[in-house]
Amino acid sequence: MSDFRTLQKNSRKECDGAKVSVCIMGDVATQFLAQAVKGYGYECNLNLNITDIDYNQIDMQTMDADSELYESKSDYVLIYMSAEKLYEKFCHTDISLRDKFAEMQVEYIKEVHNRINSNVNSKILQFNFIEINDGVFGSYSNKVPVSFVFQIKKLNYLLNEYTVTAKNVFIIDLSSLAVKYGYDFILNEKYFYSAKMALSIEILPHVAKSVIDVIKAVSGSIKKCVILDLDNTLWGGVIGDDGLGGIQIGELGAGHAFSDFQAYFLELKKRGIILAVCSKNNEDTAKEPFNSHPEMVLKLSDIAVFVANWEDKASNIKYIKETLNLGYDSFVFIDDNPFERNLVKSVLPDVTVPDMPEDPALYLSYIRSLNLFETASYSSEDISRTEQYQAEIGRKSLEASYSNIDDYLQSLEMQAEAKAFDEFHYSRIAQLTQRSNQFNLRTIRYTEADIEKISKDDNYLTIYFTLKDKFGDHGLISVVIMKKVDNETLFIDTWLMSCRVLKRGMEEFIVNKMIDIAKKNGYKTVQGEYIKTPKNAMVEKIYSKLGFHDNGDNSYTADVNAFINNKTLIKEI
Amino acid sequence: MTKSEVMEKIKEILNDLFDDDFDVTESTVADDIDGWDSLAHLQVISAMESGFNIHFTLGEINNFANVGEMADSILKHLG
Repeated sequence: MSDFRTLQKNSRKECDGAKVSVCIMGDVATQFLAQAVKGYGYECNLNLNITDIDYNQIDMQTMDADSELYESKSDYVLIYMSAEKLYEKFCHTDISLRDKFAEMQVEYIKEVHNRINSNVNSKILQFNFIEINDGVFGSYSNKVPVSFVFQIKKLNYLLNEYTVTAKNVFIIDLSSLAVKYGYDFILNEKYFYSAKMALSIEILPHVAKSVIDVIKAVSGSIKKCVILDLDNTLWGGVIGDDGLGGIQIGELGAGHAFSDFQAYFLELKKRGIILAVCSKNNEDTAKEPFNSHPEMVLKLSDIAVFVANWEDKASNIKYIKETLNLGYDSFVFIDDNPFERNLVKSVLPDVTVPDMPEDPALYLSYIRSLNLFETASYSSEDISRTEQYQAEIGRKSLEASYSNIDDYLQSLEMQAEAKAFDEFHYSRIAQLTQRSNQFNLRTIRYTEADIEKISKDDNYLTIYFTLKDKFGDHGLISVVIMKKVDNETLFIDTWLMSCRVLKRGMEEFIVNKMIDIAKKNGYKTVQGEYIKTPKNAMVEKIYSKLGFHDNGDNSYTADVNAFINNKTLIKEI
Repeated sequence: MTKSEVMEKIKEILNDLFDDDFDVTESTVADDIDGWDSLAHLQVISAMESGFNIHFTLGEINNFANVGEMADSILKHLG
């Protein structure tokens, strides 16, 4: 999040976004708050016209029909009554009246709102109160109705109760910000005593975000759908490789973090947010945990659109968007993989794509902190929204909607290495042959000792591949073992690849390299074979797609000298 | 830190805060610098406090006659 200085600079810039007018008044000084709100608005492409009223003018401004407040006819009136000033009032209240202090204050707030409502047609944004403990009774104050702590908590409650029916009043939840950041962070005493400011420079951007989030929601800009990745996002591990028993979900260890993350999305679904799935998987594999894993919190019935295939995610999100008939700006896309996130950001810039922390333990608190799901209404219809959408969608099948992603791939500056097996990589290579299930043509498992033997045997040509791009290094991601059949013919004994790097030109690069190496070693023909397993359907036709002749019976041949290289944007290093 | 080192850092902080490359001497006062009004003064104080990792007292912050006095106070807090 930008700091206050940045927001202050923003506040002086021209903004060509939607115009919104806000009148700010408080019983403390609000100049910095006004700058922060305007500057944060700039970052959300809102062109804010702010009328900042001098401090402590709330009564005068609301009672005078010709006041700046009413002259401004602002879309929003932001009212900041501070806990600090409230405490001064409390101290001046006779002890015999203190048990009714909260009722008196909420009546006062209602009166201020009524004055505004009878003069202008503005929406009212009201800060609630930071529940400070004044240190007079300590924790015992919670048992004493005449204490400040007791009354300020009651006031926040009464304020909520009042706004349930006050349709044009929206609470800005300063109290929750205080729970998150703490009062020591919020109040700078020197600002307060020298300039009557109750918000520190450090908290101002967060307060400004709360205000702008509410303004955006009230003006209709809300998130309606969350698109979820599966592997390492909703559960730990890769279902296609680790299997039902191997993924992490449930009460045990890291699984707990994923369960809580799922529970959060289930809560969102219950309040009307649509959930969709977008996963690089076979559909059957992807659905298996939803159908059969006892610890899954989300069920298939919670998901309005379920897309699992091997197309790029931007195309799949486009499909989800068209199916639900929502704007891109109402989507949030959650994925642990930076490559997928950057692809979606680059192809579909209106989709909100949070940069997830690497540690799954932090997923939930990070997403919560973004406050992506601010809303300005809630009704009983929201509860059944998913079912409504599911009924509409029916069994509409996926028509792939390809988007041109070459420009994006080009911008990644991908570089690959292709090398014969060496002793430093035996263990990684053996591990890949044991773990890879999906992109694995023959699924032959090898131990480290096997790999060492093969790499020293003249009857074999071995290649491992690494890939890196400008965002980082994927490491060793593919293994090829070619076996000499006779002086003219090589047979591809093993070809496997990590699914993380699928569909970005790596498959093409690898096949080109196989043919190139065969040619350099004097071979004329390369033979490939596909052995079907329950998990490797995705590579069934890969040889013929990449230029081999289909001989039938899952056998394929390439003529080394006539082979036309596949197009790829990956450079060899 | 010597006083000249403190003055050098004060100049850096003020230049950054007011987005300009102006000279700062011990006799510089707020009126000499475009934008240094009473509101901006709070940011000057904050920036000095975090820049030098010190805390001024409430009594000090509105009573610096010039930048030189602020530098003296910073030196005192640095100990």
